[in-house]
Amino acid sequence: MSLAVKAENISKHYRLGVMDRRMLFEEVQSKIARLLGRPDPNAAIGDKRSGGTGEHRSFWALRDVNFSIKTGDSVGVLGRNGAGKSTLLKILSQVTTPTGGLVRMNGRAASLLEVGTGFHNELTGRENVYLNGAILGMSRNDIRARFDAIVDFSGIGEFIDTPVKRYSSGMRVRLAFSVAAHLDPEILIVDEVLAVGDAAFQRKCLGSLNQASRDGRTVIFVSHNMVAIENLCRRGILLEDGKVVFDGSQKEAVDRYLEQASGRAGDLAHRTDRRGSGAVKIVGIDFRNACGETLSTVSSGDDMDVVLHYTKTTPEPFPNLSVFIAVKNHFEIGVFHQNNQFQGTSFGTLPESGSFVCRLRDLPLPAGRYRLNVGVKSQSRGGDLLDQLDDAIEFSVAGGDFFGSGFELPPQAGTCLVRGDWRLEK
Amino acid sequence: MTTDALTSETAQSVEEAGQTWTKTISPHRGIFQIDWKSVWAYRDLVAMFVRRDFVASYKQTILGPFWFVVQPLATTLVFTVVFGRFTTLSTDKVPPFLFYMSGVVPWSYFADCVLKTSMTFTANAGIFGKVYFPRLVMPTATIISNVLTFGLQLFLFFCFYTYLSIKGAPLHLGLKVLILPLLVAQMAALGVGIGCLVSALTTRYRDLALGLSFGVQLWMYASCVFYPITQLSPQWRSILIWNPMVPIIETFRAAVLGVPGLAPSEVALGIGLTLIIFFAGLFSFNAMEKSFTDTV
Repeated sequence: MSLAVKAENISKHYRLGVMDRRMLFEEVQSKIARLLGRPDPNAAIGDKRSGGTGEHRSFWALRDVNFSIKTGDSVGVLGRNGAGKSTLLKILSQVTTPTGGLVRMNGRAASLLEVGTGFHNELTGRENVYLNGAILGMSRNDIRARFDAIVDFSGIGEFIDTPVKRYSSGMRVRLAFSVAAHLDPEILIVDEVLAVGDAAFQRKCLGSLNQASRDGRTVIFVSHNMVAIENLCRRGILLEDGKVVFDGSQKEAVDRYLEQASGRAGDLAHRTDRRGSGAVKIVGIDFRNACGETLSTVSSGDDMDVVLHYTKTTPEPFPNLSVFIAVKNHFEIGVFHQNNQFQGTSFGTLPESGSFVCRLRDLPLPAGRYRLNVGVKSQSRGGDLLDQLDDAIEFSVAGGDFFGSGFELPPQAGTCLVRGDWRLEK
Repeated sequence: MTTDALTSETAQSVEEAGQTWTKTISPHRGIFQIDWKSVWAYRDLVAMFVRRDFVASYKQTILGPFWFVVQPLATTLVFTVVFGRFTTLSTDKVPPFLFYMSGVVPWSYFADCVLKTSMTFTANAGIFGKVYFPRLVMPTATIISNVLTFGLQLFLFFCFYTYLSIKGAPLHLGLKVLILPLLVAQMAALGVGIGCLVSALTTRYRDLALGLSFGVQLWMYASCVFYPITQLSPQWRSILIWNPMVPIIETFRAAVLGVPGLAPSEVALGIGLTLIIFFAGLFSFNAMEKSFTDTV
């Protein structure tokens, strides 16, 4: 099978600050000083490199990235913020040039790093469709041929001849995405552009990307939305600090990514930002499913155990403990708080080490990133705080079948999942 | 699959064990390689930008498209009053209004080319950071929309021209008029050259954009816009002739007004300077195109 994209050793180097702060005058001054062999008058104080030619503060956004993508494959690019995903996409879309390496492509590529690039407020929807299409690389005839389909898909209807400045932001996005959806390239490079528009439209966008992939197009897709990646991609490439750390099946890449995201659990015992006396300490956190297997992925609607491993450093029995877990979403909003005392559970005399296990039924969290606060208090001695760790662990919840109907809560539609029984009353 | 703009941008096809490649992205690209082919492939985009420039600039205005002629008319009127009434500057026996207009119209075309091109990178940073298309599309579109504006203004100029020659002014339109397109091209080359040089530099030094609009204003005073070169002493003439706009405007006048033109050597000097500036601008634009997204 032929390849659509082959990247060989691509690297991207950025210089930080330094260069751009300077004025032309200073730069000329430094150049002259260097020519005359004098110290640079503009060198930072204490800067030993008087020539000013030494290395600037710099970093490699990408380092020796290699991969190849077969024609017709759909690949998700994953990684934490700053892992180099956007840089990679920018290089693939030719917006920026790599510092080193080579990318070769076979086929017409189109990239969507943003929807509605170049939309002009004063122009009508119709004029903007032509303009935006041309910017994305379509010829006028292409656009003319697809114009009706574009307007149809966007649902803009009779407003197509209204200046775009009168559109709601939703209408703008819909029109812009519709243009992009009708690009028909052989290789489609998509950044996280789907986090726009309302839920129904997002589904439509995902559907059209899905269709593109089924039509045999090569799709390269960056997203933080694991559900979207799982639905759309067959393969996953995981980036970390500008390097490819995993390249393989989508499922495994997502697992690795989630593992990476919650990777801090291991050194919990050594965290120094804890509060409390330390008589009982939480030293590790695991998520397990109902069968006792450790989970790397947590999905909405699953039953799962939150396992808090502890050690006790005093001989005290602590018969009356209060242990809590509190979950915050990535907006730092508390979603829920659970405490053994709420449930009327007491643990009795505490062994020297062990685990507090909290079974959460039908995990009511929509897909997203969360953080967990944990704490232990002794109730018998007037509420002594023994241990408290904020942001003890960060974890991701993947979308799941919470409602049992196959429907998922659209992103940003709520912070928790609640079941409801509906009926009609007359 | 569709055959359209992007397929033809494919620079080279590399054969490798039965594998064909249609596009190669690498860090190395010659500064001196100007990719005209891909600009041509994106001609529809050029057309769209030109259209946008025109349509968008007179939406929600009182005078609408009339703005394209109001500006040179007003400037010409001011010059006619200020220089024609209050000073004794010669106009080479040409009706003053026509004389000033024959300076103002090409000058405003040139100044527009410089100023608009110089903003290419800073004004389009948003688009350039998100989508790739040959960056030269932007200055190309600028030139074309400026040529169209220039055409409108030239038409206006000839309206006055015809009117005044019916009224008996000594005007003779000869075959020399045929060199007008060449002059237009030379002005565009010069304007784009300077604009590109500045736009490449403005990505790093923002104040150059401010300095430029001021500089262009000053430049006008040294460009024979409201005085003929025949008025200058030989010393001044030998200095000012290094301003490539001087031979352009003087030749323009010679072509349409029948005033004596410049010596061929002077015209040649202007063309030579224009070519140097044009290519210097183009190459620095090309060099900037690669790295500017990381600088802006």
